[in-house]
Amino acid sequence: MSGMTQPTKVIGFLDFFGKWDPTLAFVIAGAVGVHAFGYWFMKKRSKPFFTQFFQLPTVQSIDAKLVIGSVLFGVGWGLSGYCPGPAFASLVGFNGGVYVFVGFMLLGMFIESKLGRKK
Amino acid sequence: MNPEWTYAVLGGVLIGLAASILLIAIGRICGISGIVWGIIKPTAGDTAWRWSFLIGLIVGALFFSFKFSKAFSVESPVSIVWLAVAGLLVGFGTRLGGGCTSGHGVCGISRLSSRSIAATGIFISSGALTVYVLRHILGVMS
Repeated sequence: MSGMTQPTKVIGFLDFFGKWDPTLAFVIAGAVGVHAFGYWFMKKRSKPFFTQFFQLPTVQSIDAKLVIGSVLFGVGWGLSGYCPGPAFASLVGFNGGVYVFVGFMLLGMFIESKLGRKK
Repeated sequence: MNPEWTYAVLGGVLIGLAASILLIAIGRICGISGIVWGIIKPTAGDTAWRWSFLIGLIVGALFFSFKFSKAFSVESPVSIVWLAVAGLLVGFGTRLGGGCTSGHGVCGISRLSSRSIAATGIFISSGALTVYVLRHILGVMS
């Protein structure tokens, strides 16, 4: 519904220097707005409804891994117009390209974990 | 307002709602790359919710596609080889950077995490630069 499963819309959003398509900015605004409320509600509770505790990220630092990882992710996102969530959703469209994308995405995750362990 | 934008806001609201339910119900951050990684590299007792979420995501898309068949069949404007390269970069980058558009972009920004705000600024910038180079300098992307 948001348009995020259409690579052309995503690339249009990233095309700031051409014919910019702001659609995805509305998706982000809608999602962040609702989730900010969800987070506010969460903070009022001591634990989740069905589990014992909240598991939020504890790392705060903006380190090299975050920066390099995000740069690489952005390049792949701009190249293809897919990020992980919409790519999985798009598997139902039976369009060959997205299967290749998801396959290589899983491979990329796997390679990162192998390299990460050596460090 | 452009009707596409209305759908975009509604779609975003649903994404935010889904992430909020996950947070309030079981206390987990709704980051797709992390959820998927926990399935590939499982920790005992920490996979059921991941499978449920991922299957729900795909089944939801399937139901939506019955009504709007075009939503998921739009092909990427780049060739298979580029899609493979992009997939590798997205997989590698999201693990190294600890998140993607959902975990950093939606959940992180709304928690006002400086890490996530930085990550989102970076991946939108590098994505924009990639599109700029491919479309406007090299002219290889339609």
